[in-house]
Amino acid sequence: MIRLRGIDRSFGATQVLHDVSFDIHPGRMTGFVGANGAGKTTTMRILLGVLDPSAGVVEVDGAPITADYRARIGYMPEERGLYPKMPIDDQLVYLARLHGLDATTAKRRALDLLDRLGLGDRHHDSLESLSLGNQQRAQIAAALVHDPAALVLDEPFSGLDPMAVETTLEVLRDVARTGAPVLFSSHQLDVVERLCDELVIIGDGRVRAAGTREAIRAAHTRPEWRLVTTSDAGWVRDAAGVDVVDLAGGEVRFTAVDEAAADRVLQLAVERGGVRAFAPVHRPLTEIFQEVVR
Amino acid sequence: MTAPTAAHVHAARRVPFWRAVGIVAQREIMVNLRSKAYLISAGIVLVGALAAVIFSSIGPQLFQSTTTVAVVAETEELVDALPDTETTVVGSAEEARDLVASGDVDGAVLPGDGLSGVLVVGDREAPGSLVEMLSIAPQVELLDATAPDPGILYLIGLGFGIVFMMASMSFGYGIAGSVVEEKQTRIVEILLATVPARALLAGKIIGNSLLAFVQIALIAAVVLIGGAVTDNAVILDGLGAPIAWFVALFTVGFVLMASLFAAAAAMVSRSEDLGSTTTPIMMLVMLPYVAIILFSNNPLALQIMSYIPFSAPVAVPMRAYLGTMEWWEGLLSFGIVLVATAIVVTFAGRVYERSLLRTGKPVKLSEALR
Repeated sequence: MIRLRGIDRSFGATQVLHDVSFDIHPGRMTGFVGANGAGKTTTMRILLGVLDPSAGVVEVDGAPITADYRARIGYMPEERGLYPKMPIDDQLVYLARLHGLDATTAKRRALDLLDRLGLGDRHHDSLESLSLGNQQRAQIAAALVHDPAALVLDEPFSGLDPMAVETTLEVLRDVARTGAPVLFSSHQLDVVERLCDELVIIGDGRVRAAGTREAIRAAHTRPEWRLVTTSDAGWVRDAAGVDVVDLAGGEVRFTAVDEAAADRVLQLAVERGGVRAFAPVHRPLTEIFQEVVR
Repeated sequence: MTAPTAAHVHAARRVPFWRAVGIVAQREIMVNLRSKAYLISAGIVLVGALAAVIFSSIGPQLFQSTTTVAVVAETEELVDALPDTETTVVGSAEEARDLVASGDVDGAVLPGDGLSGVLVVGDREAPGSLVEMLSIAPQVELLDATAPDPGILYLIGLGFGIVFMMASMSFGYGIAGSVVEEKQTRIVEILLATVPARALLAGKIIGNSLLAFVQIALIAAVVLIGGAVTDNAVILDGLGAPIAWFVALFTVGFVLMASLFAAAAAMVSRSEDLGSTTTPIMMLVMLPYVAIILFSNNPLALQIMSYIPFSAPVAVPMRAYLGTMEWWEGLLSFGIVLVATAIVVTFAGRVYERSLLRTGKPVKLSEALR
């Protein structure tokens, strides 16, 4: 498990990270969400050791992170970078060797990976001769070529077409399945909601919420229900233990102190006749996100 | 797609520093060797050096012309003995004058009444070499017959200056381009997450320096071997030691230049901005080139230049050729260049490390060093 504890970071007089702490669990996909400039990239750079924190530590399995461990992380920076004029297989071999693989293994893995990503027959083309989508695939290959023990990906889905999103996802899940911790940042909340097991929400350099999707949802929602009846539902206002959030004719959204109170409302509705729908409401993550970063 | 469930192949630990340096250096070399532009320009430089050697060997002969002379029986023996002349024997003085008038020969030598006993006939003017050869020369005493010809000194100085400047500029800009390419494409972030910045810098400097040394060594070999084959007096007569000094000092001095170029390039984010930080270094590279042209035969200026790290690689070989340098002075210059290089590499490493991740406007030197 990778743990960030009390990370501060300042650039000159501006402090961009305040006491950032969260965990990245092995075998799980952790989404890292925040608005532009919230501190995602800085946090990731500190995790990678590209930047030093002003205060705080990064720990792996309880001990401070080592350069040896960092060398095994697969990293995809937000602003993609590979050599434009160099053949992609050569670039992958180069990166793999810098990560400690011998030349033969590096070559084998590079070709294997390009094959799996559908770039097999273009493996010796220069990066700049590939389409943008294929350049993205090459970039993903670059993060994976050394068989990483953990993955840190900054906005891996931005600028990808739906097909490429699926391919990337597959790859990330594969890596997570091997027991590696995977952290990826995104500002596309719908993607994050669909993909990640855990979530870290950052705003203005502070962690606003962290934990499993369900836990965050539970912590930031008062249980809410939706009822649709055939007649006017104004009477719900007078029911005991509930607050109406929204009312429009026969449709009402309300919060209740507990499930029993909600059930009583359903009972009353059935007595009045004509219930079309009754269900708990899940607040979309977007709403929670906007609430916590405000 | 299937999971990479097979046994993990990743290395257990980080790549050792010098191995990372080696891998980076290897890439720098391969990128250059695969570049047509590099191979072509290297080829042109070698051909140019060879041409200079051949020209300096056989060039003088191209300008030597034979004088055609009409003679009569009485003067034939006299003129035949002169070098670079071709005689045409004619029956009479009139025939000889006709040949001169028609331009078939450059001049004619006939029996004459004067002190010398011969008469030289020319059309508009008498062929100078012919008159000179038939004149009585005064006695001449040379105090230093082997002293270097100032013209040749100038050419040798120019040669060292050009080779130094061209190699520093082409490889210096090679390094600068490679640094800024990594910064511009942001691959530097991936690289920095893997290896220390200093390993990157060292790899770049070593890779490009090796290429530069090989090129300089090839030029030196072409000049020396070419000189031996064409029996070139200038090269065989004491240019061996100066070339050896040049190669030795260039080897160290180039590392100095390369570090400066790398640091300067790390301070900008786009190749378009390179000029703003590399111009001062350009001046330093031009300095020895300009100075050697001005001072190729000025021992004091050369002595001062040989103690300045940037101009020493050009000044020391010049002094060695002139013979105005004690052996220890060369070693002193070498030591100065070595120390300066060590200082500059440390300083460049700092600037490089601190500027790599800064993007946008060029980084100020004071910020980079803070």
